[in-house]
Amino acid sequence: MNKEAPMAVGHCQTTDTEEKPAPPFPALAGQTTITVALAGQPNVGKSTVFNLLTGLNQHVGNWPGKTIEQKVGTYRQNGLTIHIVDLPGTYSLTANSLEEVIARDYIIKQRPDVVVAVVDAAILERSLYLVAELLPLPSPVIVGLNMMDVAEREGRHVEPEVLQAALGVPVVPMVATRAQGVRELVRTIEGLVRGDIPYQPRCPQIRDDHQAVLDEILALVEPYVPAPYPADWVALKLLEGDEEITALMRGVLSEAVWEQVHSILMAHDDALVAVASGRYDWIGRMIRAAVIRPQVGQISLTERLDRWATHPLWGMGLLAGILALVFWLTYTIGSPLQDALDTYVVGALADWAEVLLANGPEWASRLVVEGVIGGVGTVITFLPILVIFFAALGLLEDVGYMARAAYVMDRFMHLMGLHGKSFLPLFLGFGCNVPSIVGARVIESRRARLLTIMVAPLVPCTARMVVLAFLAPVFFGRAATLVSWGLIALNLVVLALSGMAINRIVFRGERAAFIMELPLYHIPNWRTIGLLVWQRSLAFLQKAGTVILVVSVIVWALSALPSGNVETSYLAQFGRLLAPLGALMGLSWRMIVALLTSFVAKENSVATLGILYGAGEEEANLASILGITLAPASALTFLIVQMLFIPCISTVAAIWQETRSVRWTLFNLAFLLTVSFGTGIVVYQTARLLGWEM
Amino acid sequence: MDMTTLSDLAPGEVGVVRRLDGGRGFASRLAALGFTPGARFTMVQNFGHGPLIVSIRGTRIALGRGEAAKVYVTRGSEVSHE
Repeated sequence: MNKEAPMAVGHCQTTDTEEKPAPPFPALAGQTTITVALAGQPNVGKSTVFNLLTGLNQHVGNWPGKTIEQKVGTYRQNGLTIHIVDLPGTYSLTANSLEEVIARDYIIKQRPDVVVAVVDAAILERSLYLVAELLPLPSPVIVGLNMMDVAEREGRHVEPEVLQAALGVPVVPMVATRAQGVRELVRTIEGLVRGDIPYQPRCPQIRDDHQAVLDEILALVEPYVPAPYPADWVALKLLEGDEEITALMRGVLSEAVWEQVHSILMAHDDALVAVASGRYDWIGRMIRAAVIRPQVGQISLTERLDRWATHPLWGMGLLAGILALVFWLTYTIGSPLQDALDTYVVGALADWAEVLLANGPEWASRLVVEGVIGGVGTVITFLPILVIFFAALGLLEDVGYMARAAYVMDRFMHLMGLHGKSFLPLFLGFGCNVPSIVGARVIESRRARLLTIMVAPLVPCTARMVVLAFLAPVFFGRAATLVSWGLIALNLVVLALSGMAINRIVFRGERAAFIMELPLYHIPNWRTIGLLVWQRSLAFLQKAGTVILVVSVIVWALSALPSGNVETSYLAQFGRLLAPLGALMGLSWRMIVALLTSFVAKENSVATLGILYGAGEEEANLASILGITLAPASALTFLIVQMLFIPCISTVAAIWQETRSVRWTLFNLAFLLTVSFGTGIVVYQTARLLGWEM
Repeated sequence: MDMTTLSDLAPGEVGVVRRLDGGRGFASRLAALGFTPGARFTMVQNFGHGPLIVSIRGTRIALGRGEAAKVYVTRGSEVSHE
């Protein structure tokens, strides 16, 4: 038993006196609308719990002013409305990342009525660490003891009642993947809010030698701690060396008081580890009685699978096989669907619009058919391919494989100053660069995230592959497959070189730490994957309906004004201005204009070539004209520049939204222009020297 | 007992975490994941190059080689030390 003054924080009790009355929540007794925050570490099944409670009744957005995803939803039952806020998944609450700051700020400033902490019963020790950080905060905590089935399978039997008695907070056993325990969770939330369930948490204490220091700091800062921060929590975070709280207190404390606090902190700069150790000691005491038969020596399924999946050689082979399968599935099922969508939906819509607008002015009809339907419609035809791609990746993610892919790719990503975690977002880029740039959010350090975003547009997306698949046979006949693979490989080589260069020059070779949990493999949850696909597709469609729509119309206008003829349009005039640059690469102004129009959507370049070379809409015509007019060197250069060119406008918009920086966006555009034109010039001039020009 | 770094342990070897180098942010992240002084672990995979996998507090954690070199450990499962 501790003799020191108890560290009474929030609702916490630090002694074992059970007689103390529970702190009631009288204000909540008659409420019918309550707010519940869902907290949990990554990979504990928090999103499955969230999806179970809210279903499609959820909204995905961003936390105000941040590029971190925010999910909110509602659950209604018997006149009770529960607003559920899904906090970002974090291992702790110590300002190491934006996610952690968001999670704790929400609880401190918005004071949700209840915080549900989802923990993984199979790794109870580690996942209770977040609970140890949540208990000292002002909102009452319910522990959702998830993955009870996985724990049993791993040979660990957890007794929820014993854990509940030890923690002094309600513990609800759950198997969220099979929808078990949700009703009990809701009942417990209700009971806690109405005051029917006692709440007497026993919170972690820090080790005796640091308790006195903590008290000293608390005494110094207590009068100055700004609302709504709990003073004892602030003192603890100061001791832990939390940067955000240190900056906050430095701003409000007088110089004299700060000096005193600072000198105490300097004398105890090891306190960070001591505080963390204290939390784990506390966890050890909490679970000692609750976990029966801990860790038997049997070899688990995860261990057996990982012998292959994380092996440097077999793991790479497995990854390559899985990725090949994903591509094969995506294109075998997706491409016919895309064609069908193009013919029966987009094509039909265009015909219908043409008829409908036949009596109006010609420009109106062309604006709708060529500008709106031609731009947005084409983008939408990619949806089937993307849905299949998202589903395949969602499945790999949910099963737990993606962490292994990141692990085996780590050594390659190192060459670019990145680490394994950048692999997943970059891979998403093969579907579409937009989700890949948004997906870079999984990377903790801003530097690594920026670098990932900067090289992401070099991943050849579906749209670029479509152009390649159309033009390569036109130019190279039988050699088309070889040329296509060569061009894709070139993109990846340029990506790696660009990563190295940007890392060296812009970031001066700094490197982010690679620390990643390898979760246990588990059986996929279709609901979770389905919702993921739904959300990603919806985000894509929203972009198509807004940014892409506006820019499509603008570029269409540039290509139609002033005379209605592409050849004399503003866009063509601009293309002619760039003709000297084009000459260096063996590209005519027509091809330059085709590249420029690919800025709206990559596959536009084929359509533009068709118009500029007077082939009309018939693709077969274009093929024969281009095949005759273009020398192989020019054709190859065109394809290379097309593959490496600045991304489409939606990707640029995503880069701007995710970096929140005009400077980085412009840098990226300038960089990619230089890289694509530079490579084009080198390739064309080399080909000329070798006498391939003819 | 001799102190060594995590990156030096072979697969299957057990050890105890002693000290974390490499700055506050790094130490804080690792400590939250369970790498606190006195914590026992098992090296799961270490090929002498590239990243490695450690099993600690019931979870498998992948660490970059550079990161593992900043974690000081002792071999064996003896927790008390000195």
